[in-house]
Amino acid sequence: MALLATKHVGVSFGGLRALDQVDLTVEPACVTGLIGPNGAGKTTLFNVVCGLQETNAGQVLFDDADITKLKAYERARRGLARTFQRLEVFGSLSARDNVLTAAEIHKSWSHDESDPEAVTEELVERIGLHDVADEQADTLPTGMLRLVEVARALAARPRVLLLDEPSSGLDEHESDVFAKLLLDLAGEGLAVLMVEHDVPLVMEVCTTIHVLDFGKMIAVGTPAEIQSNADVQAAYLGGATGNGDA
Amino acid sequence: MDELTRLTIFGLVTAAIYFVAASGLVLTYTTSGIFNFAHGAIGMVAAFVYWELRFNPEGPGLSTPVALFLVLVVFAPLFGVLVERVLIRNLQGASLATTLVVTVGMLAFLIGVAQTRWKPESRVVRGFFEPDDVPILGVNVTWHDIITVIVAVAVAVGLRLLLYRTRIGVAMRAVVDNRTLAGLNGAQAHRVSALSWAIGSSLAALAGILLAPTLGLEIIALTLLVVNAYAAAMVGRLRSLPLTVVGAVILGLLVNYVPNYLPKLFEKDTLPSWLTGINNSLPILMLFAVLLLLPQERLGGWQARAGRRVRVPSFAQSLLGGAVLVAGAVLFVAVLGDDGVSIGDVSFTTQRLGLALAFGLIILSLVPLVGYAGQISLAQMTLAGVGAFVMAKVAADGSPVGLLAAMAIVGAAGGIIALPALRLRGLYLALSTLAIAVLADNMFFPQKRVFFTGSLEVDRLDLGFIDFESDGAYFVLLAIAYALAAVFVLALRRGPFGRRLLAMKDSPAACATLGLDLTRTKFAVFAVSASLAGLGGALYGGLRVAVGGQDFSMVQGLPILLLAVLGGIATASGALFGGFFYALLIILSADIKSIDSLVLFAPGLVGITLGRMPEGVVPDLADRSRRLLARLRSGPDPAVVERREQRAALAALDSDIPLGAPLEPEQVQALDARLGTEEVTPVGVAGD
Repeated sequence: MALLATKHVGVSFGGLRALDQVDLTVEPACVTGLIGPNGAGKTTLFNVVCGLQETNAGQVLFDDADITKLKAYERARRGLARTFQRLEVFGSLSARDNVLTAAEIHKSWSHDESDPEAVTEELVERIGLHDVADEQADTLPTGMLRLVEVARALAARPRVLLLDEPSSGLDEHESDVFAKLLLDLAGEGLAVLMVEHDVPLVMEVCTTIHVLDFGKMIAVGTPAEIQSNADVQAAYLGGATGNGDA
Repeated sequence: MDELTRLTIFGLVTAAIYFVAASGLVLTYTTSGIFNFAHGAIGMVAAFVYWELRFNPEGPGLSTPVALFLVLVVFAPLFGVLVERVLIRNLQGASLATTLVVTVGMLAFLIGVAQTRWKPESRVVRGFFEPDDVPILGVNVTWHDIITVIVAVAVAVGLRLLLYRTRIGVAMRAVVDNRTLAGLNGAQAHRVSALSWAIGSSLAALAGILLAPTLGLEIIALTLLVVNAYAAAMVGRLRSLPLTVVGAVILGLLVNYVPNYLPKLFEKDTLPSWLTGINNSLPILMLFAVLLLLPQERLGGWQARAGRRVRVPSFAQSLLGGAVLVAGAVLFVAVLGDDGVSIGDVSFTTQRLGLALAFGLIILSLVPLVGYAGQISLAQMTLAGVGAFVMAKVAADGSPVGLLAAMAIVGAAGGIIALPALRLRGLYLALSTLAIAVLADNMFFPQKRVFFTGSLEVDRLDLGFIDFESDGAYFVLLAIAYALAAVFVLALRRGPFGRRLLAMKDSPAACATLGLDLTRTKFAVFAVSASLAGLGGALYGGLRVAVGGQDFSMVQGLPILLLAVLGGIATASGALFGGFFYALLIILSADIKSIDSLVLFAPGLVGITLGRMPEGVVPDLADRSRRLLARLRSGPDPAVVERREQRAALAALDSDIPLGAPLEPEQVQALDARLGTEEVTPVGVAGD
């Protein structure tokens, strides 16, 4: 049974169907990819899953429970955390305090024994924020802020991590390091769902890939299956398989 | 004559006035993105100017059409354009707190000017063609009323035609949708904005003049037209004019039906005393109902701006600062005694200087709320009033229980009155706290058991082994209270709660997805802030010995927010600076005859000028001195260098300026003007 799933989710903005009967499953201990052209509805689906967007139809299931009606913070407390494509960093706090705040929020309701400061230091090291940890966040470059958001999300101790275009703004080397990090996290049992435009990265780290186009899920499969899927080729990858940055 | 028919006709007439006022508000808000708190105040001033021109026995005694022409077509639009040019244009992209402070400053300023120019006396504005009337459906309706309705219909039709049938109207709507894009397509956002402020100001003036015959030339009552207009406009979420008509009609009928029918529900057809003041409060009650029925806003990111980082003092530093303040107060009293010092005609007694600390404490209560959490309250003085009331009732002998009760009760009250607003953000929240302040003025403070029409005696603290009866001792007590509160607020900032508040200000969406219950957090910060305001109010009451409702009115509360932002809304030293500034204004106005109105309009003036120094004076001065030091040590000012580089980039992309040529002073000026208003990235490059 999947850890996170959406069933026939539909969202309309006025006359526009942003999502139409969308089914998605996310398994623990692996990285699941969500790709599709611009405007396909990927971020909307993320917002639906984490409770920032109401649905017109369908359900969101987490750990076998229906969480469709729960508020964003209640879903977070069940174990969902995310990053944002349009960054939502706490700009007036330092990079370290961004992470620390998340760890403190987690501790405030979970009453777990861990020390937020220690959790923060560990994540700052692990994500590679050490050199910029004391800088005020809104002075940092975009690529670094994406990592701050990843560290902050991890500080909430999620069971499912939703990443919205985490690698944009990273250079090739940073991107490789990031790929390794994702595989490590999955190796520890975390479920990762990732929206990403960097197709080589997606092909490298994802076990399963979902393809969204015009609000409809047009394909689900392994990287190899997706690569050979004619619908996907037509809708999205087209000539872009070779160079990645579609 | 059928009573319902009569009330309905008058209700529609009232609705017509509210619609005229509300449409101006909607027009300026949608086209410039700035909510004009001074909308009613502009109408108020216009009504007085109309009186001067038309009815003042010592005035020119112009005929009605000429006076109307001068006010509606000359004075009001010019004022609107002036405001737009001088104030509003600078505010594009500024934070909500800044835009709010500027228009609230204008509101306070106009009230101050009016109070200075038009001291209370009996003034009459007659309606048009009074006293002739015409029977309609058996009801005698004055020509003034008929004209009012015709004018409202004309305004509605005129605005519709303007927005949908004219070039500039289409540009107005385009600017609302996407300012940058509209600009790239040739719409002149500034001209559009100026026109909408001119029309908005004229509509406010029209509403003021239409309302004056029935309401009378009352400064505050006319100014509060903004609340009525806002209640009507909120039905259309400040956007839709047709829904604003609906809102105006509901409100117009409500204010005519309720005073007539509500008393009939009670014995002897009279309202019970706790409902006194409900008639004036109907727009506010309607407003709360609309706010509660509105769907909750979707969580989005706060418009995060790269702000200056305000240095947070460590615990030791804040303790030291507090100790210096207390030691200074003790030294002052020890050397100069209770009567303090006189400089010329101005006497600085300890009681008067105590005002600085008491106001400073009330201003400090805004630091966690506005400075950290980014929530805005215009009701802080109201909460202080509740604190003084609790102190007077609970601690008749000055027992410390009174202070604790004031903090606890006001803290709870602050949380509760914030409840309807907790689902809302920014502007709506600010407006609903303003409404709460007005509601308290109308319905709570005048209650027999509260301040009634006079004042309540507030005893000074008495700890048993030591009392604070003398002015000097009380001054020291206030210094201790301020120091402790400041240490507490700064400790809050350094701890998890403070981080959470800043995080919530920067990104509510991210906080929610990390598991933070935003409603609870907002409730907590409102309660903490209210509790501090309650303490401040209780101590302020003791300082003044006797206080009444007028000491804590909505109008008294405006300088509190304005001076909080003046000092620097996120700092404890800034709050103290604000308190001293306010006390100084009060003292100077009291002792120097020639500037006795200073305290009335100076805070407003301060608010207006804050648009240019949004982080406040104290952080700004600190920043300037740091920059100066840095320059002395290591060459040119980084800000200047940055501006020079930006200018050079813009010049290089401007085909009119030859590459590499030194810039003429006019060119520098022109480039700087562009840098102030538009992105540096030019269109040609972005399109590559």
